[in-house]
Amino acid sequence: MGTREFIAKNAAQLLNDGDIVNLGLGIPGLVPNYIAPGKHIYFHNENGSIGLAGIATPEDANYDPELIDACANCSYFQPGGVIMDSAASFAFVRSGRLDVTVLGAMEVDEAGSLANWAIPGKMIAGMGGAMDLVSGAKKVIIAMEHCSKNGRPKIVKECTLPLTALHVCKNIVTELAIINVQPNGLVLAAVAPGVSVEEVVAKTQAHLIIPPHIDTMVA
Amino acid sequence: MEKVTSLNHICRLLESDRSYMIAGFAEVGTPYTLINCLLACGTRDITLIANDTGDATKPGVSQLIFEKRIKKAIVSHVGKNPETGRQVMNGELELELVPQGTLTERIRCGGAGIGGVYLKTGVGTPIADGKEIRTLDGADYLLELPLHAHIALLHAEKADRLGNLIFHMMARNYNPIMGTAADLVIVEANQIVEPGTLSPEEIMLPGAFVDYIVQAERR
Repeated sequence: MGTREFIAKNAAQLLNDGDIVNLGLGIPGLVPNYIAPGKHIYFHNENGSIGLAGIATPEDANYDPELIDACANCSYFQPGGVIMDSAASFAFVRSGRLDVTVLGAMEVDEAGSLANWAIPGKMIAGMGGAMDLVSGAKKVIIAMEHCSKNGRPKIVKECTLPLTALHVCKNIVTELAIINVQPNGLVLAAVAPGVSVEEVVAKTQAHLIIPPHIDTMVA
Repeated sequence: MEKVTSLNHICRLLESDRSYMIAGFAEVGTPYTLINCLLACGTRDITLIANDTGDATKPGVSQLIFEKRIKKAIVSHVGKNPETGRQVMNGELELELVPQGTLTERIRCGGAGIGGVYLKTGVGTPIADGKEIRTLDGADYLLELPLHAHIALLHAEKADRLGNLIFHMMARNYNPIMGTAADLVIVEANQIVEPGTLSPEEIMLPGAFVDYIVQAERR
């Protein structure tokens, strides 16, 4: 299993039976591959659907190029799936009905704030639906690599990039650790098999609270 | 009034230096025939209101960016068309990034005769700059103002000659809301049928909102 798959698998453990979940681009999109059998998760896509079931290919009997998820992959509905316009889709999110959103970030900080849409002077992606999703969802799970491509910690004392939202993140899942955002700060909840607490601390700029018991992530 | 018309007629309506809502998300629900018409009839200095500036590898809204027909873009995402960021940094294009759910709700306001709306999305982020903040029932909200365009361009699967519309699968997205929020609403439809063919309860945008219909070209 690759790093990205490992992160997705561990993020999937944090979903509960019956949850309606929105997944961001990248690693979060791998989460559906790791839902335990018997756990029923419904996926919300911000362009306007609940209940898409997975990726469809042109070889599939029910393939439809206009039936896409929010990452522009062709998909298909599980029984009971629905379509709504984009305003109704965000009414669902903004009103607090979405159980979980899983998304990536460029920075997350000790207060649970995150940044993921622009690097001033270098990159403008735009926030898409991310600001609405993290402000509206009952639970925000960040699924990302622990450090940036050049090795810089992404879990920081205070975000320096333009913010997506203040104080919204609940869990941070990386290839090294699961970190929970608590009122008193970031608490190390689990480490990956074979990874030491010291390594996680060394690769995290934010202060980490180390509790007496730390779980091991699911391999 | 006869609403079904020719592209030649539409071309005379697509004036420069006007605001255009263009429906679609990830090239689904995008009015390609009408975008081609904008390109062919030389419309420029467009203020674009859309989900995004398109995908640089695909036809659609991206072509309007490449051909520098847009002077201002009011969108939620530009990450799939890096030419957008390049033009912004060169000062050739004005960009207003709007969170996707805020964009949908501003359009909904514009189409519903509502003077503005208080939304919590973006509080504490650069999106809040210059906006009125109102504390309601203990939570902070931003005052967001309506969006209304001179012209909306929509793509429907079916239209009857009165302009009653049905959208296919995820092509619904922005189509029904943008269809309420412009002075002139122009629709391209894959199928144009006689009134009475569509059931009143399956119609997704009433023809009373629609001004003109053209046959969508085969893609």
